[in-house]
Amino acid sequence: MTTLKQLRGSAAIAGVATYGCGESPGHTDMELLAEAARRAVSDAGLAMKDIDGLCTASASATMWAMPVVEYLGLRPSYIDSTMLGGSSFIAHLLPAMQALASGQCNAVLVCYGSAQRTATFGRREVVASRRYLDPQPYETPYEPMQPLSAYALAASRHMHEFGTTRCDLAEVAVAARAWARLNPEAFMRDPLSIDDVLGARMVCDPLTVRDSCLVTDGAGAFVLVRADRARDLPREPVHVLGTATAVWNRQISSMHDLTTTAARDSGRAAFAMAGLAPSDIDVVELYDAFTINVLLFLEDLGFCAKGEGGAFVRGGAIAPGGRLPVNTNGGGLSCVHPGMYGIFALIEAVRQLRGEGGDRQVAGARTALAHGNGGTLSSQATAVLGLAQTL
Amino acid sequence: MTHSSTTSKPIGTGVLARHQAELDAGRFLIQRCGACQRAVYFPRVLCPHCGAEEPALVAPAGTGAVYAVTTVRRKPEAGGDYNVSIVELDEGVRLMSRVEGMPPADVRIGLRVRARVVVPPGGSGIVVFDAITGDAA
Ligand SMILES: [Zn+2]
Repeated sequence: MTTLKQLRGSAAIAGVATYGCGESPGHTDMELLAEAARRAVSDAGLAMKDIDGLCTASASATMWAMPVVEYLGLRPSYIDSTMLGGSSFIAHLLPAMQALASGQCNAVLVCYGSAQRTATFGRREVVASRRYLDPQPYETPYEPMQPLSAYALAASRHMHEFGTTRCDLAEVAVAARAWARLNPEAFMRDPLSIDDVLGARMVCDPLTVRDSCLVTDGAGAFVLVRADRARDLPREPVHVLGTATAVWNRQISSMHDLTTTAARDSGRAAFAMAGLAPSDIDVVELYDAFTINVLLFLEDLGFCAKGEGGAFVRGGAIAPGGRLPVNTNGGGLSCVHPGMYGIFALIEAVRQLRGEGGDRQVAGARTALAHGNGGTLSSQATAVLGLAQTL
Repeated sequence: MTHSSTTSKPIGTGVLARHQAELDAGRFLIQRCGACQRAVYFPRVLCPHCGAEEPALVAPAGTGAVYAVTTVRRKPEAGGDYNVSIVELDEGVRLMSRVEGMPPADVRIGLRVRARVVVPPGGSGIVVFDAITGDAA
């Protein structure tokens, strides 16, 4: 039996790419995905014929792996199309590492693309069709504006239990924007202040439009290989030291405790596999669908105590120059958010560890954490990454 | 040819349909597990706490408190702002619903509420809540 500890660092991300982030009118989801995939494979120093494992997921197509295999011309011996919302692509890591370790495959391509901002069939239509394909009969009659209402409900509870304020939430959006201003790929780069966020259009109290992620087009892809092979490829390998996924519920009304997410379990397991603690992490990429996410995940992943997320982020503490660099690309709030963001959190972590962050580079970053969230605080997947020196 | 025992007799309607039929008749029911005695909502065919067979549908007291709250902003011409709450019943289960009879902005966490079934003409019954005022709280 191969233990999780034995899998620590056994695979490394050898190539990454993003494509079409922002607005890419006239493109299909598949075209964006395929372009990102091609670039990630090239970045890894490989050819598409070397790819014999595929991980992908779509927010709309239920058999998405098949058209992706067809489009890319693959013959994969390993396929994972598990759909866990925006956490999917981080959740794909552990099974892929097991497949690589067993020899089932040698190079896994993880890829996602969405033209949801500019496509004729966009977020509104996906939400409408889900009512039939994936019903939630005990929530839909009350017309929650999902996913926003679910996060607003969680935020209300966090404020009630811990005294978290709208200013604390705004700190998250302001920090994300400050990072985005250093990232040429970010979609929104105008200055943003706490007052701008507090004065923005309220959508679901206490969350404003500026507490909410962008709706953009975009694609992301990365290539995972065994660590020994990664050493012979052109890019500096970024090893997966620990990773885990946890799901406790689907609906926000079924969440056991609206202020504690399954990230508590995914984080604990990922850190245990990595043999590291939150204090060992140099750069943190969290799925910030809404500002409250960042507070919840900082707490649940152990960067601060439960309820202290608001205090933790105050005064620009997660912005450039703060005590902990969080969402250094600008996150889903200011950089890119094509429906499912998790893969972009992971890609930014890889870029930081490779030292490719440009003006936003966190100096000397050796370890990073990437965290994906899916559904309405429903699915949580955590990855702890490190350079070879951390093995 | 053999037959599985599960196909030998009709199994009747599912618990969601039976629960909805009760709502349509103006009755709000939750479930109570006969094995572990815990309350269950939304209704399902097994107990999510202990795995026992389908918990019985039972009438709750109908009282509880707002556990989490949001106001969904909507243009006045589209009907205006409305409340979406998660209510915790005194039995310990939670459900999404809304508090009626007061401005959405006045609905606060901790507000004591009582369930009421609304059946729109020709529509499906749903559970909404009203604030409990005065001595009844
Ligand atoms: Zn039970």
